[in-house]
Amino acid sequence: MTITFGDWITEIANWVFLAIALPTLGAAVLVVSAKNIVRAVLALVVTLAGTAALFLMLGAEFVGWTIVLVYIGAVIILFLIGIMITRAPLTKNADLSQPISMRVPAALLSVILFAVIGGAVAASFGGAAIPLPDEATTTASIGETLFTNWVIPFEVVSFVLLAALIGGIALARQDPAEEGEV
Amino acid sequence: MTIIQFVLLGAALFSIGLYGVLTRKNAVLVLASVEVMLAAVNVNLVAFDVYLGDASHAGQIMTLFLIALAAAEVGIGIAIVLLVFRNRRSANIDELDVMRF
Repeated sequence: MTITFGDWITEIANWVFLAIALPTLGAAVLVVSAKNIVRAVLALVVTLAGTAALFLMLGAEFVGWTIVLVYIGAVIILFLIGIMITRAPLTKNADLSQPISMRVPAALLSVILFAVIGGAVAASFGGAAIPLPDEATTTASIGETLFTNWVIPFEVVSFVLLAALIGGIALARQDPAEEGEV
Repeated sequence: MTIIQFVLLGAALFSIGLYGVLTRKNAVLVLASVEVMLAAVNVNLVAFDVYLGDASHAGQIMTLFLIALAAAEVGIGIAIVLLVFRNRRSANIDELDVMRF
């Protein structure tokens, strides 16, 4: 089913989408351009919350709330602790980005990438509508498929998490022998 | 709702994240930009999962795996940044030029 722009703009759900997507993009721009490091990380919260809200719109409830719990709850705290430990400059106009001679080519590259991807998907999908399911994906169905179709990848991911945990501790742990020198 | 609005949002988020990775000096902020790129991938995965109406919810399960791997990546990344800071007294990636040709 193809949707024209006139139909698209009159659908209430799309206004909700825009109300979520535009702040999400604005916050993402803030993440990469803010001059205050804490503000950049807190903008990341808004970006991730925006994606979580979109997942709820699409009926992916479990994934949406997992984003809120894992990303906003835990990963952001990791970032803030990282800022704290590395004594990042907290002043208003700290030197956090490369000089303008590097920013312009990077911006150009990003715009080209967006144009290429956008053109490709516009040519492939046009106005194909998402057939929204009548009810949201339940946690029960996610759990069932996770532990039947996806059980081996699930175990591998749990092993990766364990390895990352041990690796993180081994990397960040201060060697008692060197403690006096640091 | 159309599929293209979600894919375009994902493409925009990914491009913004790429810009951040290329231009940020502070290593913690480079990791934050990588998170923006991963969020873009998540949007694509869930949107296509709903679009295709997959009975086994491949897109949503992949998103869950991606969340777990991103958490592991940030944990290791921050640990490495911490180690670099401890050795070099700086977390700026442009000062790590020992291996530069």
